[in-house]
Amino acid sequence: MLMISFPDISFEAGKYIDDFVSFLADNLSALFDFIFFITSRSINGLTDFLMIIPWWLFIIIIFLLGWYFKSLFSGVLYGIFIFLIGTFGLWEEMMITISIILTAVIICLIIGIPLGVAMAFNKWVSMILRPILDAMQTMPSFVYLIPAIFFFGLGNVSAIFATLIYSLPPVIRLTDLAIRGVDKEVVESAHSFGSSRWQTLSKVQLPQALPTIMAGVNQTTMMALAMVVIASMVGASGLGEQVLVSINRIDIALGFEAGISIVFLAIIIDRITNGIAEKVQRRGGNQ
Amino acid sequence: MTVQIQVQNVSKIFGSKPKSAIPLVKKGLSKEEILKKTNHTVGVYNATFDIHKGEVFVIMGLSGSGKSTLIRCFNLLNKPTDGSIFLDGQDITKCSRDELKKVRQEKIAMVFQHFGLFSHRTILANVEYGLEIRNVPKEKRREIAMQNIETVGLKGYEDKYPDELSGGMQQRVGLARALTNDPDILLMDEPFSALDPLIRREMQLELLDIQERLQKTIIFITHDVNEAFRIGDRVAVMKDGHVEQVGTPEEIIASPANDYISEFIKDIDRSKVFQASHIMTKPNALVSIKDGLNVAVKEMRENGISSVFVVDRSRRLQGIVTIDDAIQGIKENKPLSDLIREDITVVTEEEYINDLIPKALESSFPLAVVNEEQKLVGYILRVHVLSGLTADDVSESKEYVY
Repeated sequence: MLMISFPDISFEAGKYIDDFVSFLADNLSALFDFIFFITSRSINGLTDFLMIIPWWLFIIIIFLLGWYFKSLFSGVLYGIFIFLIGTFGLWEEMMITISIILTAVIICLIIGIPLGVAMAFNKWVSMILRPILDAMQTMPSFVYLIPAIFFFGLGNVSAIFATLIYSLPPVIRLTDLAIRGVDKEVVESAHSFGSSRWQTLSKVQLPQALPTIMAGVNQTTMMALAMVVIASMVGASGLGEQVLVSINRIDIALGFEAGISIVFLAIIIDRITNGIAEKVQRRGGNQ
Repeated sequence: MTVQIQVQNVSKIFGSKPKSAIPLVKKGLSKEEILKKTNHTVGVYNATFDIHKGEVFVIMGLSGSGKSTLIRCFNLLNKPTDGSIFLDGQDITKCSRDELKKVRQEKIAMVFQHFGLFSHRTILANVEYGLEIRNVPKEKRREIAMQNIETVGLKGYEDKYPDELSGGMQQRVGLARALTNDPDILLMDEPFSALDPLIRREMQLELLDIQERLQKTIIFITHDVNEAFRIGDRVAVMKDGHVEQVGTPEEIIASPANDYISEFIKDIDRSKVFQASHIMTKPNALVSIKDGLNVAVKEMRENGISSVFVVDRSRRLQGIVTIDDAIQGIKENKPLSDLIREDITVVTEEEYINDLIPKALESSFPLAVVNEEQKLVGYILRVHVLSGLTADDVSESKEYVY
């Protein structure tokens, strides 16, 4: 008897997860409904708001942002990018994508920054969160699209949920890193004046850590953008949906237009958030 | 002199279970032995000393000697593993969190080696930080902060950011920030070692100036012997976590407790530590102005000297009379008061040898040392000045004949 094939022992881990997810969906539906309501309202509200803005005003705003945070040339370039997306007939899709990303990023910051701070202060939190963050970043995204549908059905909210899982880790990690990286003497000097923990955090550590946290925000935003196509598989509308449609129809033209629009958005968002990070860098503690 | 801080058997040990090494410290094992046995590092080893109110107490040692660890025990940035620190009678090692906050806010402030400034705040916002966290109203704290910015000579810079200032100016901000809390005690952790020598010198003088005016108790850390002896009223020398000797600079130079300290102070510039009062000789021959010339001549003959100081009834210095003048005067029947030479050099008790050297070289008579009331307390010969620079015990240098 050579032990070649694996013995007949089975542990169906997946089944337990399945049961757990069903359990959550059944018993916490009120909570999920609430989250769904809030999230879909914010996305829709944001989209509606962006759609009210006249197209030329929006281009001017992007131009000004680019000018202020980067350079005059960048401002002009970003304005042209946005104009081009409009000429592709993807204006509304772009707005939806922007609102999905914005909503996802805002939720990421609300959850991520406090978690990052908790990690920096408590080694137990850090020990528990670290592997979870690793899993969140390496788990193929399609895997958690399924439970997302379970909880929130097809649509933008599921897309946000999936985007969150993928793009939350950088802001948590970099907040943790940033807080721990604040100059030891600076923190000591805050303590030496008798600051409470909260005062030290809010008046010294967070402001000093801001440049690195902003780098995390930039990363998170870029990762959220990277998820738009995958998120469309659970029904997110916007540019990602157009890419999916083009794949189904083997429509090279539409695929290119939607794809290049995403690239344009990525460039603009990356450069502008980067510019913000650099602006706060000047006064920050740890560069 | 009232004691402000009492340090009693304070030990600070770093490692996973610091308390476990305390019995070994009590047994007297060395730092290396404890490191070998328990893998714990001893930062401060059973330190005991007092710090008086209003003095500049310098803790001196090389890097790794535990001086920065020790100073951080005074405001509990480092909690001592064992022992007590009494601050005005209150044992701060047993303070609750709120009590500690109060002590830090009201009694003790710290200046850091690399300034520890908040780079995201303006100079003004940095300086008023201590008051801000105590919820002092904005107007009030602005006013106090501005006063202190003026004290350190940074008026006009209050809206700048720390990175727009030079190192010396940044440390002034650190000092102003500490002073704004109006603490009784100022902790200074190598505050000037990041500055270049000229600025350092200037800051030392300014610190002494501020100390003179505000009468704070200052605990000052340095690795620089010259700095320690220049500004310290008393100095503690640390090595490997041990406080090896505590004393005034003169005491330490005059009688170093061990070879390490002798070695340490070998390079000290004695001329900047010893003052006139340390090297002067008490006048054994004196002539009062009411005495006659005959008394003067007799005094000089008996003491084998060629000139003698003349004082008035309350020992105030009048001048000097030489033996030649006196003998001439007796022949011509002149009064003593006509023969007094006033071209002598008068120095105060506090003058450093460094400043005495040129005076001693220029003067043809001994230097007269007077106290604050202009009374003659001693004299200094040229040979005193030179022997004061080299001899181990300056009081032994009596082998001159004048």
